[in-house]
Amino acid sequence: MTTLLSATALCIGRGDRRLVSDLHFALQPGDVLHLRGRNGAGKSSLIEVLVGLRPPQSGQVHRSAGDAFHWVGHRNALNPDLTLRENLDCWCALNGVPGDGIAPALDRMGLARLRLRPARTLSAGQKRRAALSRLLIARRSLWLLDEPLSGLDGEGLAVLGQLMNEHVTGEGAIVVTSHQTLPGKLPRVTVIELG
Amino acid sequence: MWTWFHRLASPPSFYTFAERLAPWLLAFALIATGYGLIAGLWFAPRDYQQGDAFRIIYVHVPAAALSLSLYTGMAIAAVIALVWRIKLAEVAITALAPVGASFTALALVTGMLWGKPMWGAYWVWDARLTSELVLLFLYLGVIGLDAAFADRRAAARACALLAIVGAVNVPIVKYSVEWWNSLHQTSTILKFGKPTITTDMALPLYGALLGAYALAGVSALRRMQNVLLLRERRATWVRELLAERAA
Amino acid sequence: MSIPATAAFTATLGRELRIATRHKAEWLMPPLFFAIVVTLFALGAKPGDPQLAALAPSVLWVGALLAALLTLDRLFRGDLEDGWLEQVFVGPAPAMGMVLAKLLAHWLLSGLPLLLLAAPLALQLGFPSGAPLGWLLLGLLMGTPLLSVVGGFAAALTVALPRAGLLLPVLVLPLLAPVVIFGSGAARAAQAGLDPGGPIYFLAALLVLSLTLLPWAATAALRNAFD
Repeated sequence: MTTLLSATALCIGRGDRRLVSDLHFALQPGDVLHLRGRNGAGKSSLIEVLVGLRPPQSGQVHRSAGDAFHWVGHRNALNPDLTLRENLDCWCALNGVPGDGIAPALDRMGLARLRLRPARTLSAGQKRRAALSRLLIARRSLWLLDEPLSGLDGEGLAVLGQLMNEHVTGEGAIVVTSHQTLPGKLPRVTVIELG
Repeated sequence: MWTWFHRLASPPSFYTFAERLAPWLLAFALIATGYGLIAGLWFAPRDYQQGDAFRIIYVHVPAAALSLSLYTGMAIAAVIALVWRIKLAEVAITALAPVGASFTALALVTGMLWGKPMWGAYWVWDARLTSELVLLFLYLGVIGLDAAFADRRAAARACALLAIVGAVNVPIVKYSVEWWNSLHQTSTILKFGKPTITTDMALPLYGALLGAYALAGVSALRRMQNVLLLRERRATWVRELLAERAA
Repeated sequence: MSIPATAAFTATLGRELRIATRHKAEWLMPPLFFAIVVTLFALGAKPGDPQLAALAPSVLWVGALLAALLTLDRLFRGDLEDGWLEQVFVGPAPAMGMVLAKLLAHWLLSGLPLLLLAAPLALQLGFPSGAPLGWLLLGLLMGTPLLSVVGGFAAALTVALPRAGLLLPVLVLPLLAPVVIFGSGAARAAQAGLDPGGPIYFLAALLVLSLTLLPWAATAALRNAFD
């Protein structure tokens, strides 16, 4: 079994506040790591350290070499003046992904008829779906999702649940932060309570 | 030697080192500055050209020397902070900027006071004056940038980048003003002709210079101590220190 | 997997120019501001004052500098706020390619229009046409990218700060002193019938130096914004 993501003795903090201390885990294909905790407990900070945006205070993060990952942050990375399609096209170019996956991904997320609308005209839930549609455009084995459920309606939750289920049955692994219970059938979920 | 440096770079051992060094350095600074100023202002002979006005060099020269030395020090600390991410170097940037800015301002003011009787004007667009002024702006930029950040580490790294870019800029500014001045100022070329100095004029100057370096050293050490205490206020060594003091 | 920097560069450049087409009015403001500053300066002087022509290079340069500052504050801010920057920094493409493209886009959108406007404004101030005007414009052609690069570095330093608007000019303007000196120096030399080659070469050297050092520093400053 390959380990997709592991942390050893990981300590992270903001300023001089220690948020997470001595965290160990190893994520194998099929695993879901569910990070829970109150607001400000360090869920987003932990994900930002795991993707390499910020350095940890101490300890190590190891991602399996050569394997790209997907990070959906709590911000959607959509420019308000560009259309949905333009936003995703540019993201594809910057990530070295062919753009022919965009149309089916938007279809699946129920955004196909909105693709030529400027992102500023979309609702919060629609923007969230657009951010999540990137998971389908490029298939990557490791997903790191920061509050993916926020703003999604029932239908959106169902689609996300399906996506996550397909991902873990197809040898993928997921790290996800959420206050809510995760949607979809997920066979192996480890919960870490922060704070 | 190397391990000694390494040990010193940890905040608690630097703090105790500074605590021991600072009083001695301060005593030296007071003696050297006192000697320099008293001997320079009263006992040194009058300059045969400039009269008593030359005596301002006992303040002006040390201030000008330190304005550049401290910026150089800050830029070196900036490189160390960015490359090796040593916390003490980050602290040094924050601590050196206000000290450097004060000496730069002092150099500018004394230079202007000196310029009035010597050149007949408080301000001349001379390369040294202008680059000193730009240097002051750079110092103030670093101080302003440092104050604007909430997170201390982010502030230190931003200041480090600015200090490095500024360090490249200072010689360019000096050169550009020299070039600019030589282009259009043909009527009144002002020369900073270095008067050959006698020993009884020079010795107090060396005293004042050494004293000023020591004074800058003391105030940099004390500032670094304060910044360290603030930044590390949750660390155990600070708590132990405070408990010790309270007892 | 890694993406060549050129791919990041072209993708970002296309994106920036496309965003600019959705905000046409915004990019008209710096040239308009430039024209107003120069006009007001002329109005403040005595009508037909020959000194106006002598001060023209300085006025044009300072006007261009202030006009370029107007749009700097927002150079990286929107991208930081909507989460685009962090995606680029985490992604496989070199962030430096993105930064260079944004700096080039800033110059194309706010530096180049100033350059086009500078000729009529210079003539309006009584600056001699012909060769001196050519030197003035050549200086601006090399100086306006410097405004974008140096300004972009300062914008990157202050991107995470809520009130960067006041701090930004204080950081940028001292760094630009040599640019103003050499830029208007070249124009004045040409005006006086001297050889403006020297300052022009210095400007070129400054441009090369800044283009090698500052995009790296700006990228490091942006990365710092995530802490």
